[in-house]
Amino acid sequence: MWADFSLHHAWLIPLLPALAFAIISFFLLRSPWLAARLAIAAMGTAFLIALGVVWAVGSKGITVEAPFVMKTVWFSMPGLVASMGVLVDPIAAMMLFVVSLISLLVLIYSTGYMTGDPGYARFFAFMSLFAASMLAMVIATNFLQMFVFWELVGLCSYLLIGWYFFKISAREAAKKAFMTTRIGDFGILLGILFLQIAFGTLDFGELAVKVPAYVQQNGVALLTCVALLLFAGPIAKSGQFPLHVWLPDAMEGPTPVSALIHAATMVVAGVYLVARAFAIFSVLPGAMTVIAWLGCFTALFAAAIALTQREIKRILAFSTISQLGYMMLALGVGSLTASMFHLMTHAFFKALLFLGAGSILHALHDKADIFEMGGLRKSMPATCAMMGIAVLAIAGIPPFAGFFSKDEILVAAAHVSTPLYIGASFTAFLTAFYMARLFLVAFFGEENPHNHAHESGLAMLAPMGVLAVFSIIAGIVPFTMGFGDWVRFGPAHHAGIDWGIASASTLIALAGFGLAWAIYGNGARRSDAIVKQVGVLYSLSLNKFYIDEIYQWFNRNIVTGLARVLYWVDLNVVDGIVDGAAQKSGAVGNILRRFQTGQTQHYAALMLMATVMMTLILAITAGAVAGGGKI
Amino acid sequence: MIGLSHYLLVGAALFGLGLFGLLTKRNLIAVLMSIELMLNSVNINLVAFSRFSATDAAAGQVFSLFIIAVAAAEVAVGLALAYAIYRGRDTVSVDEMNWLKW
Repeated sequence: MWADFSLHHAWLIPLLPALAFAIISFFLLRSPWLAARLAIAAMGTAFLIALGVVWAVGSKGITVEAPFVMKTVWFSMPGLVASMGVLVDPIAAMMLFVVSLISLLVLIYSTGYMTGDPGYARFFAFMSLFAASMLAMVIATNFLQMFVFWELVGLCSYLLIGWYFFKISAREAAKKAFMTTRIGDFGILLGILFLQIAFGTLDFGELAVKVPAYVQQNGVALLTCVALLLFAGPIAKSGQFPLHVWLPDAMEGPTPVSALIHAATMVVAGVYLVARAFAIFSVLPGAMTVIAWLGCFTALFAAAIALTQREIKRILAFSTISQLGYMMLALGVGSLTASMFHLMTHAFFKALLFLGAGSILHALHDKADIFEMGGLRKSMPATCAMMGIAVLAIAGIPPFAGFFSKDEILVAAAHVSTPLYIGASFTAFLTAFYMARLFLVAFFGEENPHNHAHESGLAMLAPMGVLAVFSIIAGIVPFTMGFGDWVRFGPAHHAGIDWGIASASTLIALAGFGLAWAIYGNGARRSDAIVKQVGVLYSLSLNKFYIDEIYQWFNRNIVTGLARVLYWVDLNVVDGIVDGAAQKSGAVGNILRRFQTGQTQHYAALMLMATVMMTLILAITAGAVAGGGKI
Repeated sequence: MIGLSHYLLVGAALFGLGLFGLLTKRNLIAVLMSIELMLNSVNINLVAFSRFSATDAAAGQVFSLFIIAVAAAEVAVGLALAYAIYRGRDTVSVDEMNWLKW
């Protein structure tokens, strides 16, 4: 009953938060208490409907091949029919569940975290708008609808990164995020245009039929280019190398924003887009190879940077980039199941990590350097315990959530290519190391006497508790309930643990923990000696491999140089033509104005002369027309 | 026998005199008088054409009457302007009346 209602009213899921956004923006900006309650109520209802949708997918036999589709024409013109609608299949249902649950939890958390912020009500409005856009994107039936909401989540991301707009760094970070993702959006727009031109449709279902047929007839060359254009969007949105630079800076936003948008939901939009369009990507081996290797490289690269960062949220940001690389890798090696599974588990434990970081920052008044925290386990035991769970989950220790999803990815990678498997395994080692480093340095060791930390309130701890539970069970429960039978592409993926790979990855994670303990255990700081030995590597990692500096150099020299040239052209050629025309008109005017003496009699004389001349001309031409008659 | 061309010649002579006065006289009142001469030369032409070319239509003569009326109004305005300028600027010389230029 509820499932049936939910399925046929799935459009309510994005609509409710959107309504909350509208009502708060128009009426409730001055009543923060009510605004927060409204946003949470709308989101809670949306979550209940999403639960119903998940239930319906399970009970009504909705599969990837037979999704539930409802759509209506948005606008149409000759050659283009754009529709809006709802597409529910197991993948979308899983996303609906994850996004609405985490949105709800983060909204509840924000009631505690944002207390006292002058823009309290506005914050809830923006968060509701984000949730609405994200949820609408998840159930999109075609590329155009997806692109519209894709841009909307980008807008919300911009607004919320720049939340503390009085800080220059926050403004700059917001702009950087917007600009960087625009580069990818340009590619995705070109890709969409091409699909529309080539196939006359943007509908996921129709494309899934037409693209493989096209490939069989015409080969893959052209479509590989299109797929790579489409992939440019996910590269920017999901922080893949080389467009990852905005994500660490995006941590300027409030921590709930980082948790919801820049860890759990929006940044996985890119992964989701590739998964949604997997029918296109999966028939293009070239594109798949690029995705796999780029994902693997990003995972390794970001993990290497995370090793040396000092700000807690920056470590988590690079960890997010790294884990997104993992998901891309899984897609690239053809395992949609593993990618979506990791997306789900990652959403839970990474949101938990961020909310834990927010809890710490809240207690320490935004002191972000983990080396200044020290010994927080005594003052913040609950946060410590839950962060611990999340660390175990992300490192892939059984039976926590990350173990199962990471194992699936490693298995899938090992089937395709050994170098990818080794890269992924090494990333797992680095992940375990830097997460343990964060945990040990922040929570253990000497207490910093300057800190007066205190445990956060229930509004913040309760959502974290829920996420902690999910970080434990979100791996094993879906695993035993046949996640791969539902969320899949092609034949059912029968999950089974490859004990060799599983034990290897567990040992690798434990080795990472061990190394972290050896360096940072017991409050020790044995890292300085190591830094001296590998100084170059250390500064490479600390400075994020100088990618930002390279971009800045590029900007300052190439872009600014080009701008200078164009400025010169504008000044001298374009303006030269315009100014020249104006000057010549002025010169002619200077001559002509001498006729304007103000003497009435001069004017009369001119009129006389003109009249005489016109009479003469008329007489001559009339004579000529008359054939040389008399003048 | 006095014909149309005689009238036209008188009209042309009168027009030429008026034009000459309009272009050469320095006194504003004289200029206005020259304009009156030119208007009257036109009247002569109209009446002459009316008499010789379109004898059964009185249009030319009616035109002349209109022109006389309009000329009277014009001269009233013109003299008023001349008087106002004389009071304001203490001059009736058209050479000095150049303050409407750029």
